[in-house]
Amino acid sequence: MQHPLLESLQPQPHPGIPELHVGDTVRVHARIVEGNRERIQVFQGVVIRINGKHSAGASFTVRRIASHGIGVERTFLLHSPRIEKVEVLRSGKVRRARLYYMRDLQGKASRLRDRSEA
Amino acid sequence: MKGLLGRKIGMTQIFDEGVVVPVTVLQVGPCYVTQKKSAATDGYSAIQVGFEEVKPKRLSKGELQHLRRNQLPPLRHLREFRVKPEELDQYQVGQKLTADVFAPGDRVDVTGTSKGRGFQGGVKRHGFNRQPKTHGASDRERAPGAAGSGTTPGRTYKGHRGPGHMGNERVTVHNLTVVRVDAERDMIVVRGAVPGPRGGLIILREARKQG
Repeated sequence: MQHPLLESLQPQPHPGIPELHVGDTVRVHARIVEGNRERIQVFQGVVIRINGKHSAGASFTVRRIASHGIGVERTFLLHSPRIEKVEVLRSGKVRRARLYYMRDLQGKASRLRDRSEA
Repeated sequence: MKGLLGRKIGMTQIFDEGVVVPVTVLQVGPCYVTQKKSAATDGYSAIQVGFEEVKPKRLSKGELQHLRRNQLPPLRHLREFRVKPEELDQYQVGQKLTADVFAPGDRVDVTGTSKGRGFQGGVKRHGFNRQPKTHGASDRERAPGAAGSGTTPGRTYKGHRGPGHMGNERVTVHNLTVVRVDAERDMIVVRGAVPGPRGGLIILREARKQG
């Protein structure tokens, strides 16, 4: 149970982020601040981890395969105002909370079945 | 000198322009000015501040009468804050002090009682180095090592660090920034950590070393 004063500082759900699930393929629109310039960078990949979902410091990690088959993982703060929005492109059927095994898979083996066709 | 009494509620994090700020939430006040001390009557100038209403039976007759004389409710904690003589007139006995004596951006010193750690060894208490776990060492991993030289001086110097009781002492953290103030809910949020357990009594003062 949390103290009401602490509760009141809990961040509100981010308006641009729908409910995320591990295994979702997402496009994250992140706001990048360079000095006093600002631009939006899009990062597309699979959510392999959601950490501390109900805490103020909640984060999620997106894995994508960049050029030359190099895996790139990026962790975003779920409540960060630096995230413009997140689009869910597909929901994969998964049986774990943390998809670390995806790091050992590439190509065809790393596909996830859609949740609907399960 | 501005000051308040309060309780530590707990820590969380908030976003400030995209940057995560670690903060401690404090419940401060409502506090009351319970007594004014001036150079004429007491030899120094200060205000006595009370915090947290309690049932009258929790206080002694002396404490009760001290408060009742000024139509104040029974208060659990009384602490003094030194005030410059010329600032003493800003305060009236019976006056209510709320969180908004501080504003966001102010620097404050926060005093509390650190968490009691019990009897601890030198490694935890003073950051002594551990000794080797392997290479023939036995039973000496966290031993304090030597406490001084040999025949000269033939004794251990006074004040040498060693194992002993740790924590449960008065600790002041200087120059914390006030991030948020909500007088309606008696809440002050400061950047950084504050000594003591959640629910511990906290004394907030204007920072001594400004700048």
